[in-house]
Amino acid sequence: MKQITVALAGNPNCGKSSIFNMLTGARQHVGNYPGVTVEKKEGYCTHKDYAITIVDLPGTYSLTAYSTEELIARRFILEESPDLVVDVVDASNIERNLYLGTQIIEMNVPLIFAFNMSDVAKRRGLEFDLEQLSRLLEARIVPTVGNKGQGGPALLDAIVQTATEGRKARTHKVTYGSEIEEELAKIGQCVRDREKPLTEKYGARWLAVKLLEQDRDVIEKTQAPEVLQVVNRSIEHLRTIFHDEAEIVMADRRYGLISGACQETIRSSVELRHDTSDTIDAVVTNRILGLPIFLALMYAVFFLTFTLGKYPMGWLETLFGWTGAAIAQHWPADSALWLRSLVVDGIIGGVGGVLVFLPNILILFMAIALLEDSGYMARAAFVMDRIMHKIGLHGKSFIPMLIGFGCSVPAIMGTRILENRRSRLTTIMVIPLMSCGARLTIYSLFIPAFFAQPWRGPVLWIIYLTGIVLGIVAAKVLRLTLFKGETTPFVMELPPYRMPTAKGIFIHTWQRGWMYLRKAGTIILAASVILWALANFPKPAPDTLASLSAEQAKQTSLAHSVVGRLGRAIEPAIKPLGFDWKIGTALIGALPAKELFVSQMGIVYAVGEPDESTSTLSERLRAAYTPLTGFCVMLFCLISAPCIATIAMTRQETQSWAWALFQFFGLTALAYVITLLVYQIGNLF
Amino acid sequence: MKVEEQIRPLSSVKTGKKVLLVRVNAGRGLNSRLASMGLVANTEIRVVSNSHPGPFVIIVKDTRVMLGRGMAHKIMVK
Repeated sequence: MKQITVALAGNPNCGKSSIFNMLTGARQHVGNYPGVTVEKKEGYCTHKDYAITIVDLPGTYSLTAYSTEELIARRFILEESPDLVVDVVDASNIERNLYLGTQIIEMNVPLIFAFNMSDVAKRRGLEFDLEQLSRLLEARIVPTVGNKGQGGPALLDAIVQTATEGRKARTHKVTYGSEIEEELAKIGQCVRDREKPLTEKYGARWLAVKLLEQDRDVIEKTQAPEVLQVVNRSIEHLRTIFHDEAEIVMADRRYGLISGACQETIRSSVELRHDTSDTIDAVVTNRILGLPIFLALMYAVFFLTFTLGKYPMGWLETLFGWTGAAIAQHWPADSALWLRSLVVDGIIGGVGGVLVFLPNILILFMAIALLEDSGYMARAAFVMDRIMHKIGLHGKSFIPMLIGFGCSVPAIMGTRILENRRSRLTTIMVIPLMSCGARLTIYSLFIPAFFAQPWRGPVLWIIYLTGIVLGIVAAKVLRLTLFKGETTPFVMELPPYRMPTAKGIFIHTWQRGWMYLRKAGTIILAASVILWALANFPKPAPDTLASLSAEQAKQTSLAHSVVGRLGRAIEPAIKPLGFDWKIGTALIGALPAKELFVSQMGIVYAVGEPDESTSTLSERLRAAYTPLTGFCVMLFCLISAPCIATIAMTRQETQSWAWALFQFFGLTALAYVITLLVYQIGNLF
Repeated sequence: MKVEEQIRPLSSVKTGKKVLLVRVNAGRGLNSRLASMGLVANTEIRVVSNSHPGPFVIIVKDTRVMLGRGMAHKIMVK
């Protein structure tokens, strides 16, 4: 089979992802471009005897050297030599979208335009003379509706045709007017003479254009001083003529070209395009109504998550409980009891504790995906921006923070939408304070154990609120000290409101939910097994247990094990917080994943064989501790040491161990201080 | 006699009004970024929302774009 490599380019919000998904289906692979945290997405499909590899480049508005995404997209096209580029364009928004197109045209690579969202364009009354436009742009144009799966075969046909006909010289070039063209000719000639290897690789014309634009990347690559001199002279010359930088004039000329081509080929029969969106926005981003509407929606999201999720959660709990009991019962008696304990207590207890929360998390992610796909999220960022700005963050920061209420791992990954590194670091540092789904397992155990109705709801609320308030304060402090600096100027496109598709929501929900599952399947499974071992070994000699009751025997065994000893070792340190060695043990056990705190507490209070006469864990906790201690435990868990998966993700997204460890120790120290204060003060009453 | 429109910052334009972009007083990076989003000379800008305090929303080249107030100060229009 013959091979074709296609690069997929396009603006953000143009539906590029849906085209990618439409062409490649499940055959995708996500990795990283070396050295940076930008995702590299590759997919595969076959069409008419050709094996097609599709590389989904980052969405960009242009191909300058000003951002990592643009450089990556540009480098791929120029250096990896794909057979062709498909530029996905939002057909209802052609003029702006084609700006990127002109830059790709200048790279002299075979090009196809996918006019996506063509259904929206048609609804708006836009009519295209695609033949004429195709001739002017010298590229095939395929109308598509990515999120409905339309246009795929036609696009694939065009890809095969374009790839097989080979490179053709262009007749319609992107030109910039006589003055600039004169300078470009001079620079081009100089480049051809003095930078032969560069010319071979990139072409004299493209280099000249970039040099005149003072493209940082190209300038760095240029070594001949004569070239740079000529460039500087040209820029000076053009500055006197236009009273502006050549770069700006060239941008202007590009739009002129696009405008000209569009005027000839596009007819619009409907004038009003924005009115419905505007009306909705007037309400939703209204100074007075905006924030309450946002808060109401957030409340609805969480309410839904907790109430709807209760049912599947209950089923899963029952399922795991039943499975554990069944295995325990049918296990051949007296053979490898340790293995039975490993499977029932360790694996099913540990991993089950995590999976039980999957429904909740999926519902939360689904709600967020709904808000994102419909276009509301961008408006919410607008509403939140005012508040975020006061703590030194972007309005956009709140989106990853929201995801953090489900799980920190995808939340930290979600900070990629923030361009300012300092804002991003600050957001990453405080995301763990947005109490995640794992910690909810701890609250679900402790709150009913220590607080009667009607206090339960408010206590939960207080805990979440504390996390949020601390997050805000911490962000402010970080921005004033470590991460001081200007916020990037805020520019964000507001996509039009859209009806989200079931498929789109499913894909977005699944992508984040999968990360949570993977965490469960790997880290937590491994950690559960290790913890089980540490909590069960070394076992004390059998005769020391012989004279003790069942209860006492369990206690002694635990005290004897590694975990027990560690717990005792830190007891003096945590006593001022109202904790004892059992809580200390559970805290240590929760390091890999917060959900393990509960299973550890369970193990600490009932290590060994399940016993019919044991009271529930709740009752035992109530008997052992005061409500103040119970509250302090939850507080400590809220703030301290994020789980290993979170630390690992922080390290990945910041590319530095220093920040990951700072997050870990910083939060733990904060937790210690605050819990100390709360406990000591609480004790006075 | 035709009254010439004064060149003024975008931040001073009231909600609902349409203006023409003259120039952007900013560094090259910002300039380029704005240009790639459609903000170049002689482009029509419609101000959708200009309320104090809070970001600025405009429509340029058929796209709705949200800007920080600082940015709106730097964009000169008439």
